[in-house]
Amino acid sequence: MSDFLLPVDDDPLTQPFWEGCARGELRMQRFTESGRYYWPPRPMDPETRSLDYEWVPMSGRGTVWSVTIPHPPLLPAYSEVAPYNVVIVELDEDPRLRMVGNVVEAADAPLNSVDPHSVQIGERVHVVFCPVDDMFLPRWVRV
Amino acid sequence: MTPLTDRTAIVGIGQTAFGKGLEDSELSLACQAVSMALDDCGIAPSEVDGLASFTMEPNREVEIARSVGLGDITWFSQVGYGGGAGCGVVTQAAMAVATGQAQVVVAWRARKRASKASRPWANVAQRIEDNGMWSRPWGLLRPVDEISILMRRYMHEFGATRDHLANVALAFRKHANQNPNATMYERTLTREQYMDARWISEPLCLFDNCLETDGALAAVIVSAERAKDLPQVPAYIHAGAQGIPPQHNTMTNYFNDDPLMGPSWAAAKQLWKFSDFSPADVKVAQLYDAFSPLIPLSLEGYGFCGRGEGAAFTEDGALEWPDGRLPTNTAGGGMSEAYVHGFNLVLEGVRQIRGTSPCQVADADVSLVTSGEGVPTSALLLRK
Repeated sequence: MSDFLLPVDDDPLTQPFWEGCARGELRMQRFTESGRYYWPPRPMDPETRSLDYEWVPMSGRGTVWSVTIPHPPLLPAYSEVAPYNVVIVELDEDPRLRMVGNVVEAADAPLNSVDPHSVQIGERVHVVFCPVDDMFLPRWVRV
Repeated sequence: MTPLTDRTAIVGIGQTAFGKGLEDSELSLACQAVSMALDDCGIAPSEVDGLASFTMEPNREVEIARSVGLGDITWFSQVGYGGGAGCGVVTQAAMAVATGQAQVVVAWRARKRASKASRPWANVAQRIEDNGMWSRPWGLLRPVDEISILMRRYMHEFGATRDHLANVALAFRKHANQNPNATMYERTLTREQYMDARWISEPLCLFDNCLETDGALAAVIVSAERAKDLPQVPAYIHAGAQGIPPQHNTMTNYFNDDPLMGPSWAAAKQLWKFSDFSPADVKVAQLYDAFSPLIPLSLEGYGFCGRGEGAAFTEDGALEWPDGRLPTNTAGGGMSEAYVHGFNLVLEGVRQIRGTSPCQVADADVSLVTSGEGVPTSALLLRK
């Protein structure tokens, strides 16, 4: 086990998202009645109050909306690779789908594999799935 | 006029010394602050029948009541979301007094930086169950990281710079240099020191962050009728508001239509709706400053300028006492006086009405206090 933080993966609401990541698929929750995507996932559509939704594969493409560069003191696993970049990526399908992530060189590259100061707002990125312990976290590589 | 307008007042305030590694326990600090606040207004502990605090407050009502010697407590309440709570705590106390649920309410906050409850981000339970599951695994760990990534976007959209954030840090430090109770009373800060400071989360440096402080503060709220018979100048609670806007996500508020419009906008709408005043009437403001970017965001939310204009608002010494157009955080705020989850801002708002601030604004008859932007928040408008 690494010392990186991970989400719970046994919540029925979010499990399909993580299953998708394990299969190399970035999925978003889409409510059937309104056809709207929401992120993070929720049990009810705030537009229609419908409980019916499905998990739909995305293109995996997006744009860097913002970036920060954390420096220590951080939790030990993160301090070891600091400074690194953390980005928010807007998905092409709907700019309101903003996901927190990192820009990395490749799926198996460390958090600090990209010079954090080189990451720019507006950069085009594509999702990759990085193995961390028993899960796959979506991160981003430059297109 | 609403059922709350000017019906209640803050009549007593008390605070312990601020410091790091204070010997007294959090419970002892809380009891001392409550006791001093009661002495300040000459009300006996046995008369206290209401208690209000933060959900993050480590001391329970029963412990305070047992030690300070309070009577029958017939109303008690807590407000959540950390630094967003402070003005909500006072607003709920005012509601309790205005509706007769309590006659004398004490609101308080006590905190020690070494306390485990003070650093929720350092919890190393590896599997995250709350909303942090969508941000913390990627290394967006601390509150400063969560705000920094918003500020970078703000800079990109509106042309704000580190100089604007320095305007905030330097103004509050100047005020603290006038306040003998402030942690940073004897420590000046120059623009050069600010620019050379170490990064915490780029673009935010050390001086964009609040202090870490041990200390406690308390305030006593009673009816306006009772306030007239008490020794101190009453700070009437003209309006109080809480706010959670649609689709808000606390701290990591990246998922709504406009992440750069935070809960301040919702609280402000309610505050001004129930007020005889407008932002132009506010003579002095205490704006919650866990991080310097919260100041431009709050200036916009509370209507002192338009969206995207908050950074530019800080230019030409606008936040500085005595000549700025809106002297702000006149005791030093969370960044230079003490960080006690913003409750020290409430007390400074009261001192401005009383005329006893270390940076007293002339004719401060309308005094705004706000709680944390970026989380479910609250605000208070005090008047003479």
